[in-house]
Amino acid sequence: MIETAALEERIRAGIPDATHVQVVDLRGGDHFQATVVAPSFAGMTRVAQHQSVYRALGELMGGPVHALAIATHTPESWARVLK
Amino acid sequence: MDEATREQIQTLIDTNPIVVFMKGNKNFPKCGFSATVVEVMKRVAVDYQDVNILEHPDLREGLKEFSSWPTFPQIYISGKFIGGCDILRDMFTSGELEPLVREAVAK
Repeated sequence: MIETAALEERIRAGIPDATHVQVVDLRGGDHFQATVVAPSFAGMTRVAQHQSVYRALGELMGGPVHALAIATHTPESWARVLK
Repeated sequence: MDEATREQIQTLIDTNPIVVFMKGNKNFPKCGFSATVVEVMKRVAVDYQDVNILEHPDLREGLKEFSSWPTFPQIYISGKFIGGCDILRDMFTSGELEPLVREAVAK
């Protein structure tokens, strides 16, 4: 079982400009939800944004992480979510 | 991934307007995320090619690299990788999906 903090650390390392990274355990330590906010997501398709989160997690995907729901935002779209 | 697997994936996405690589098939999805994709495709009412990756371990491994995407389902429309369950559902909700699939099957 992997800690959400370890996943957050990996995402921060892989997406250095991320301003907000939050990982929530959805079910028993192998299904997670990740929310990532980064200025570098601007101009990227959703697929490319999610691919960069997967890339950051690397071998953890399919290993300790069975499933990951991903929400990616730019700081602008995140501000709208928080409203 | 070996060359034969790469070619097999390329042929599948080139010769079918819409391909869903999933766990199980469209009649019997074997995972909640794959079932969601089947449900979304029912709502937009288009036919598509389903590929059960549980029966094709070579495709299953190859697709992770091919799509730079570690999980299933994976959806391709007009040869282009769309993403997984979450993105497809969001595109359905936002209304982006319907014109995209109509255009794909009309070709």
